Amino acid sequence: MNSHAGGVSTGADRPKSMEEVMQQVAEHKGCGTSGEGGKASCGSSGGPEDMDPAIWEKVKNHPCYSEEAHHHFARMHVAVAPACNIQCNYCNRKYDCANESRPGVVSEKLTPEQAAKKVLAVASTIPQMTVLGIAGPGDPLANPEKTFRTFELVAQTAPDIKLCVSTNGLALPEHVERLSQYNIDHVTITINMVDPEVGQHIYPWIFWKNKRWKGIDAARILHEHQMRGLEMLTERGILCKVNSVMIPGINDQHLVEVNKAVKSRGAFLHNIMPLISAPEHGTVFGLNGQRGPTAQELKALQDSCEGEMNMMRHCRQCRADAVGLLGEDRSAEFTTEKIESMDVHYDLEGRKAYQAAVEQERQATVAAKQAELADLEAEFSDVKVLIAVATKGHGRINEHFGHAQEFQIYELSTEGSKFVGHRRVDLYCQGGFGEEDTLPTVIRAINDCVAVFVAKIGGCPKDSLKAAGIDPVDKYAHEFIEQSAVKYFKEYLAKVKSGEIVHAARGDADIRQGAYIAA
Amino acid sequence: MAFKIVTSQCTACSACEPECPNNAIREKDGTFVIKPEKCTECIGYFDDPQCVAVCPVDDTCVIDNSYPRYVAA
Repeated sequence: MNSHAGGVSTGADRPKSMEEVMQQVAEHKGCGTSGEGGKASCGSSGGPEDMDPAIWEKVKNHPCYSEEAHHHFARMHVAVAPACNIQCNYCNRKYDCANESRPGVVSEKLTPEQAAKKVLAVASTIPQMTVLGIAGPGDPLANPEKTFRTFELVAQTAPDIKLCVSTNGLALPEHVERLSQYNIDHVTITINMVDPEVGQHIYPWIFWKNKRWKGIDAARILHEHQMRGLEMLTERGILCKVNSVMIPGINDQHLVEVNKAVKSRGAFLHNIMPLISAPEHGTVFGLNGQRGPTAQELKALQDSCEGEMNMMRHCRQCRADAVGLLGEDRSAEFTTEKIESMDVHYDLEGRKAYQAAVEQERQATVAAKQAELADLEAEFSDVKVLIAVATKGHGRINEHFGHAQEFQIYELSTEGSKFVGHRRVDLYCQGGFGEEDTLPTVIRAINDCVAVFVAKIGGCPKDSLKAAGIDPVDKYAHEFIEQSAVKYFKEYLAKVKSGEIVHAARGDADIRQGAYIAA
Repeated sequence: MAFKIVTSQCTACSACEPECPNNAIREKDGTFVIKPEKCTECIGYFDDPQCVAVCPVDDTCVIDNSYPRYVAA
């Protein structure tokens, strides 16, 4: 990937026209951004009808809190908080590899001063970077001085960046007041249980009040703090997302209870993530052979929890030093060494203009989908299918099949299209990922889909996909994902009706865990 | 005696540093070290040595046998 040095903030003295800004959007991602760029979906903010406008304002450009936003806006994490106050069986702090991508892992730790400098460098290069999160690699609230010092420095120099933290909740009650003073309006708590009987199999110990607590006592204390912390956040109007790790056989069914408990205490969003577990990570679960869920198991649980509460399905379980859109990691461009040599000019107005353009682009994708949906309303069918999409952002089908590092999964029905997840695959084109033949790997990852939407695809993989019953679709290249998906679904329904195709349920798919390699 | 940190095991997570009641822990060359002359094994402060209790890697904060056992004044 190019370094995109400068971005829109190269310090030009005259204001940039919207065309120029949009041109830079296009150059930035190497794709076209033509289309109804300026058309708002409903004349207002373009937010969902069922959401409080005040909340929409908080989440509309937060990639982790809004599925829509995550196609357009980027986030970064700074690794200023290495210490932790609990031990989890899915975490091993000793393991650290540049190609490893999972929470708790970083390549270099930063001081608050280094972190603030990094934020400015990234914000100047990636103007759609709107969110700074501190997520470890330990627990931010077990490192309160480093965490709050970082926020203080960033708030002074980059006041437009949203601040958020992700915590295990043990030290949350004692820090809620300070969080609200620092204008942190997004907090994520990882809650894997609401029953200490379950918790003792996930947390071997916690450190609290100068003592190491083990077993059920540890889980009880942690649970009480998590619930109290969540209630205190809700009282103060701080948006709270709850992350839960789905561990088959340990807390999978129990997460339905967790969902009810956090919903009743005012959590805004629930993110159920698959356990990442492999022996080479050296975690307790990795070593004892604890498996993660399959794609169907994960989706079934997420579906069963979906009711009054929003479920997050676009989480990429990123590293504590990730940079970029969700699903990409540009952290290798911003090492401390590289930042030292960068000439950083923070252009607040340039960032605003760029983000306004991105917001218009986001609204255009919604408008296009709505328009396409109009004549689907009359249809009635219980057919539901999944499709996979190769995209590098902007809500468009703009990635070559062979270049896709992940596929986004949409569920299509007469209700419309719904984002239901993503599947990581290794770079098929680059090949040579061990001895493994990559095309079958990709097919296993999207085996539950009827079609894969791509900007381009070679003849050979096209035939293999067809043989596997997956329709390779390149006719919507560079068009909006959801609009195209609805179009495709209408055609699919028509073909089912005419008997041209027989609709049948597809099999399960693999959730692949490996590395995102920053290209 | 005092505690010492096994350098090859230390992840430099810094969790021990603020917990030490004697201010005996410092970062040095990428890992953390305990000044033996300042370490009291937390006797008189806490039931458990704090560095041992908070360290995420087992057997990393261990007794340093080259120092005589600490005796509370």
